[in-house]
Amino acid sequence: MPHAAPTRRPGRPATGPLGPHGMASGLPRRAGIGLKPQHFGEVLGTRPDIGFFEVHAENYMVDGGPFHHYLTRVREHYPLSLHGVGLSIGGLDPLDESHLDRLATLVARYRPASFSEHLAWSSHGDTFFNDLLPVPYDRATLERVCDHVDRVQERLRCRMLLENPSSYVEFEASTMSEAAFIREVVRRTGCGLLLDVNNLHVSCINHGRDAQACLRDLPLSEVGEIHLAGFARDQDAAGAPLLIDSHGSPVDEAVWGLYADVVATLGAVPTLLERDNDVPALATLLAEAGRADAMLQARTEPRGLGACGGGV
Amino acid sequence: MTAGREAASCVAARQSDFAAALLDPQRAAPAGLRAWNGSDPHVRLAVHRNNVVGSLVDALAATFPVVQQLVGHEFFRAMAARFVRQEPPRSRVLAHYGQEFPSYIAAFEPAQGLPYLADVARLEVARVAAYHAADADPVSDEMVSLALSSGDRMGDLQLVVHPSLATLESPFAVVTLWAAHQGDGEIAPVEVDVPEGALVLRAGLDVLVLRAPAGAVAFLDAVRAAHPLGEAAARALAATADFDLAATLSQLLAHGVLTSLHLPQRLSS
Repeated sequence: MPHAAPTRRPGRPATGPLGPHGMASGLPRRAGIGLKPQHFGEVLGTRPDIGFFEVHAENYMVDGGPFHHYLTRVREHYPLSLHGVGLSIGGLDPLDESHLDRLATLVARYRPASFSEHLAWSSHGDTFFNDLLPVPYDRATLERVCDHVDRVQERLRCRMLLENPSSYVEFEASTMSEAAFIREVVRRTGCGLLLDVNNLHVSCINHGRDAQACLRDLPLSEVGEIHLAGFARDQDAAGAPLLIDSHGSPVDEAVWGLYADVVATLGAVPTLLERDNDVPALATLLAEAGRADAMLQARTEPRGLGACGGGV
Repeated sequence: MTAGREAASCVAARQSDFAAALLDPQRAAPAGLRAWNGSDPHVRLAVHRNNVVGSLVDALAATFPVVQQLVGHEFFRAMAARFVRQEPPRSRVLAHYGQEFPSYIAAFEPAQGLPYLADVARLEVARVAAYHAADADPVSDEMVSLALSSGDRMGDLQLVVHPSLATLESPFAVVTLWAAHQGDGEIAPVEVDVPEGALVLRAGLDVLVLRAPAGAVAFLDAVRAAHPLGEAAARALAATADFDLAATLSQLLAHGVLTSLHLPQRLSS
């Protein structure tokens, strides 16, 4: 039951796969981009110089056809980051075991260098909302999220990365900060952190927080991958800025600034440029990744990453 | 223990309220939300409401581009948003979301002026299903030659169709309608009140939409029900007097519809 002492989960080693079937290699310390169906042919035809490709796991939970055809071929030439959007780790219900089975099948087939998911919920009962929904940062949620992360790592036999969310509302029930919550999940489960710098910026603006202070509070030594993306601007009921994590525009200069701070602190970390809406030409995505790559290459001294098989 | 249970059930109630509020724009924001500046959390919750409905409407728009062309952007999004709120996804894999959308369209009062719309939607569902269906190689020429030389046992041949194959029969010219909306240019007027059958399947990496020859849908439905060639042909003839077995078979083979063509094993010899 969820009332055992919090020390019941011994901290796992910070690096290396969890078991004999763990993923064999981490992502390179370079920039990568999402693999989009409209770019399948061009990617294979031109083989751009890029560190890795990322796919959303759920898009590949289909029997056959072009998605598997092209991903199989792309995987022959590039490392892969497998990013889940449907596991609902922050959900009330136990994890969907058949969904975990589908993930395990993808991991076995494509041998990704990293598997990541969100600190959020997306399903409730038998409804899937296709959005990343917020959780209160309290003890009960902490217990549940840790149980779910434990189960993912046990089933996939891999250290997963948990992504910090972008959020728009806070809960009166929260008893700890987001950073403290994430620190505790990482400490108890041994998972790594997928540091989404855009989410950090969006959430800090949306909740009047200091991004630098939030950054310092996060378990930065456990960052295995970074996400960069664009946001849209809106306003709340009081006219305060409300940033929407839209993944539909270039990375904002404020986010590039925070990213520079992170790279200065951590050194080179695998970095994904996310673009899921209004996807531009491949060359545009590659140019944006090139900017991140240049920043990473200026900081190439090796560091232990602790990602799924990432640190050597 | 008790305090822990109460905390857990409180979390449960909050997430249930939150979930219910996402799909019901009239419902009040769940209790327990706050904003750092004391602003009304309703506006902030609206981001999630928009994400949920907007992203699912986008998913439907990607699956039903011709339906959208036929009714226009605004009508489509309004109809799709109603469907999303009534029939949200039950699966975390969105590739097949919208299988009930054709039935919803058929019963959707404001769309009654376009009686063929639901069948066009069925065709578009079949296209997406075919795109993601399991891979299978078409039957080899050798297997076809061998099967065609089976003499008086030809009627016993068992046929296997490609996993991506879907058939559709409509009182409307669905294939012609669909095809008319594939280019960028002017759309020629389509005589819609002409019954058409459709075969939808994937050949290699491409999804094909073929006008089914007379009786082909009845034939393929019988084949998929594991009836041998002779019985399937008899059923097709019963359904459509001008069913042409040779012409149908050659079209099916030309498009890779068949993945196997073999005589059943004799129990003893």
